[in-house]
Parts: sequence; structure tokens; C-alpha cells
Amino acid sequence: MHGVAVDPIVTNLMVFVLAIFVGYHVVWNVTPALHTPLMSVTNAISSVIVVGAILAAGPGPLDRGAILGAIAVALVAINTFGGFLVTERMLEMFKKKERAEKHR
Amino acid sequence: MTDAMSPNQVALSYLAASVLFILALKGLSHPLTARRGNRFGIAGMTLAVLTTLAITRRIDLTIGALALGGLAGWIVARRVQMTQMPELVAAMHSLVGLAAVLIAIAVVNDPAAFNIGDPIPAANRVELFIGTFVGAMTFSGSVIAFGKLAGLGKVSRLFSSAPVVFKGQHIVNLVLAVVMIGFGIAFVAAAPAAHWPPFIAMTALAFVLGVLIIIPIGGADMPVVISMLNSYSGWAASGIGFSLNNPLLIVAGSLVGSSGAILSYIMCKAMNRSFFSVILGGFGSAEGTASAETQQKTVKSGSPEDVAFLLGNAESVIIIPGYGLAVARAQHAVKEMAHKLAAKGVNVRYAIHPVAGRMPGHMNVLLAEAEVPYEEVQEMDDINGDFGSTDIAFVLGANDVVNPLAEQPGSPIFGMPILEAHKAHTVIVNKRSMASGYAGIDNPLFYMDRTMMVFGDAKKVVEDIVKAIE
Repeated sequence: MHGVAVDPIVTNLMVFVLAIFVGYHVVWNVTPALHTPLMSVTNAISSVIVVGAILAAGPGPLDRGAILGAIAVALVAINTFGGFLVTERMLEMFKKKERAEKHR
Repeated sequence: MTDAMSPNQVALSYLAASVLFILALKGLSHPLTARRGNRFGIAGMTLAVLTTLAITRRIDLTIGALALGGLAGWIVARRVQMTQMPELVAAMHSLVGLAAVLIAIAVVNDPAAFNIGDPIPAANRVELFIGTFVGAMTFSGSVIAFGKLAGLGKVSRLFSSAPVVFKGQHIVNLVLAVVMIGFGIAFVAAAPAAHWPPFIAMTALAFVLGVLIIIPIGGADMPVVISMLNSYSGWAASGIGFSLNNPLLIVAGSLVGSSGAILSYIMCKAMNRSFFSVILGGFGSAEGTASAETQQKTVKSGSPEDVAFLLGNAESVIIIPGYGLAVARAQHAVKEMAHKLAAKGVNVRYAIHPVAGRMPGHMNVLLAEAEVPYEEVQEMDDINGDFGSTDIAFVLGANDVVNPLAEQPGSPIFGMPILEAHKAHTVIVNKRSMASGYAGIDNPLFYMDRTMMVFGDAKKVVEDIVKAIE
């Protein structure tokens, strides 16, 4: 085993499996009333793929890959901004009620 | 990579972003912490994007694209109606899928730009193959789901909310899937100069498969479909993360993927479907066919004034809202009715079935929009025990989710969990007509002696009730 580095794929697989476990346990704790905001926020989170798109857009010269990357950045940015904003809007509604409760 | 940050700094920064994403999901366990959760998500995303911007060589193009997409997203998020959330979410899933495909193409085009060896090592090709086909299927499947939800059935038959089925559908899907995987293997094995043709063929077939998988699924099963595509979009992001050796994408993608999978499971359970029966299609159809045995059973019907009288004299009322209520935009009227009743000392609560609405939790959001306090809104499992001691169950625009046939072995919906409205002392049901629900079966609840039907548009009826409550 000396001197043989772990293949990045194996490291990635470790990260992958552990993250699924974390996701599984965290999501079961989400209250059913918030399942729609859960979906919109996971939607926003999956737009982290924008990281890949930025790398694709950014090698330097304006070639085919960079243009594809830029298109991908623009498309996913809709999710990045829209997803978090619409979640905020929904959660705001749940919060309004809280205030109404306290006033009673 | 460039100078602004060392690879270690980048990795640590991505780690922090991953933790923030986990905290974001954790926050959603309670309405009180949910907003903080969303802020964690925003912080994580900001960190991820800034870190990535620091290591790319070309910022102008990226910032421009970010601003353009961000503006569009901002406008959409501000304008969208809460009843349209399912469409919005479907549209957003499609964007993640398409972006995955575009990134994969960019990688195949110039692997060196992503610090991947050129020619691309076989292992990376396998990952690219998986990320691409999942992304492509997410994209085309979500487009179809969007069309079905937005009611674009008139534009194209593909978007029809009725299942689109044809002979040999399963065989066709299977063959296409096998051929697609074949091209995928060819892509992995291809010489560097010859990898485009199999890659393109594989991607094209994945687009077609995404369409074919979603068209046979009927409108009633939309909550499952949308959860499933949510899951797919996560796996697509994860797949691209593998190809780019980017742990942040892998973590975020897996979180989303498992979240969507759990929601799919919950929705299937609430509809008493196996996941595979939904995927393989043809369910949620059969509208109207089963009402063959329409013997002249009698229903008692009453006026909104009668309902107002009954409600006003009750001690406890449970309102059961269905999607029909949202379609009629009656949420605000219902809230006003509940308010008036509460002022008279009536204990009013709401009972929500997990599939009330077009996506998981949809009805909760619609009631929240109408400023119904969430403490009054109860989940099925929490409130089902209370119906027996409740004076009135008021069913508004719901049907199958209160059908007592679900408790009878042999009925088509046997085993589906229902809200036990039939156990209440009196049941009031508002419907537009006697038509059957999505499941296409008659509902004995309507014919009980203790049941009073009040026909008409939900909004009109409830507004009349509000007027009649003195």
C-alpha cells in the first residue's frame, strides 16, 4: 500500500455515500407542512452545478466550451436566484402567521 | 488553476459551503427555523460561487451570464402565483438537467480546461456518461411535466394531463434504454478522436427517454413525478461533480437526490402506489369509467345558509381542503369563514392529506398564503383520531382522500390512507357536481345519512356561508 494514493474516484464515492446518509436523515426531519419549500430550496441547492458551469465558461479563450459554459451559467442562475427567493417568499407567509398568532 | 486561492483553500471553502447546505435543509424541520435555513442556503451558494469566480480566468462572461439568469430568476420568483409552484419547480428542474448536459459537452470538448487528463481517462468517461444521461432525462422529463402541470395539453398531445399510452410502450422504452447504454459504453471505449458520435447519440436517446418516461403518467400522479424529477436533478448534479472531481457538487447533488427520493416515497405511500407502477405509467387515468354502477343513490343537499347554521351551532369543525379549493381560489374565503366561526367559539382546524395539491406540501403553502395560522393546520396522522369526537367535517374540493372505500378490501383504492371524515358526527361536502375524483370511483361518503352536500363553486359557496354566519 505504500506510496499508492487513493484513487480520486474512491474518495468521491466516500463523499457521495456519506452525503446521501446525511441527506436521508436530515430530510426525514423536515415537517410535511414545509415540503414545498423543501423542494424549492433543494432546487436552488442543486443549482450549485453553476460551479461547474463557471469553470466551463472560464478557461480563458472564448471558444465553443466557454460559450456552452456561459449559457449553462445563465440557465442555472435562474434557479440560484429564483429558487432561494421563492423559498423566502413562501417562508415569509409561514412567518406572517406567527406574528398574527402573537397578536391574538 | 489560478492564483487567487490555493487548491486547499478552495477545497475548504467548498467544505464550508457543503455544511451550510446541510444546515439549510436542517432548518426546514420547523417553520420557526425555516427562514434561517434558507439564509444558510444562500450563504452556502454565495460562498461557492465567489470561490469559483476566484479561480476562473474569465470573469466578464460569467458575471454577465449570472446577472442575466439572476434577473430572470428574480422576476419569476416575485411574480409566480403559489398555485403555480409545481410548474415553476418543474421548469427549474429542467434547467439543472440541461446545464448538466451543457457542462458535460464542454468537458468532452476540452477536458484540459477542467484539469481532467486529455484524452479523458475511462473512469471519468463513465462518470460523464452517467451525469449526461441523467441530466438529459431530467431536462426532457421536466419539460413534459411542466407542460402537463401548466395545462398545455392543447398545444401538444405530449403535454396532455391524461396518460399518453401506446402499444408496446414498455418494450420501446426498454430497447431505447439498452441502446442508449450501448452508446454510453461505446463512448467510454472510443478512441479520443471518435468519441463524439456515440456521445451525441447517447445524449439524444436520453432526451427521448425522458419524454417517454413521463408522458404515460397521469395528472393525479404529478406529486410523485415532480418529486422524482427533483431527485433526478440532484443525481445529475452529483454525476457532474464526479466528472469534475468536485466534492461540493457531489455533496449538494446527493442531498437533493436523497431529498427527492424521500418525497417520492412519501407521495407514493400517500397514494397507495408502488413507485414502479407510477414510473411504468398508465395510472391516474380511468376518469369517469368506473361510475358504471350509478344506481340512483340519493344524496341530501343543502344551501350555504343551512351549512352556516350547522357550522355556527357546532363545537368543533375540521375543514378538509382539496385541490378543488385552490382551483376555485377560495382559500381566503375559507380563512374568513374559520375566523368568524372561531369568534363564535367554534374550534376550527384544518386537516391536510399528503397529496392535497399538485406537489408535496402544496396545500400548506396555499393556506399559509391565505394567512391561516399553521398551528390550526394538522397533518393526516395527527388529526385522524379526532374525527370521531368532531361535530362537523367540512370537505371542500377533496374527494378521493376522504373516500371510505379505501378501508374496504377489494376496492380499487383499498389501502390508500385517507382522512377519516366519515367518522365525524356530521359531514358537509362541497363539490361542483357529482363527478368522481381522479381515481374515477364513486364515494360512499356522499350518500351517508349524516352527510349534506352543498353544490357549487367553492369560492361562491364559502362566501355565501360567510355572509350567512351572523
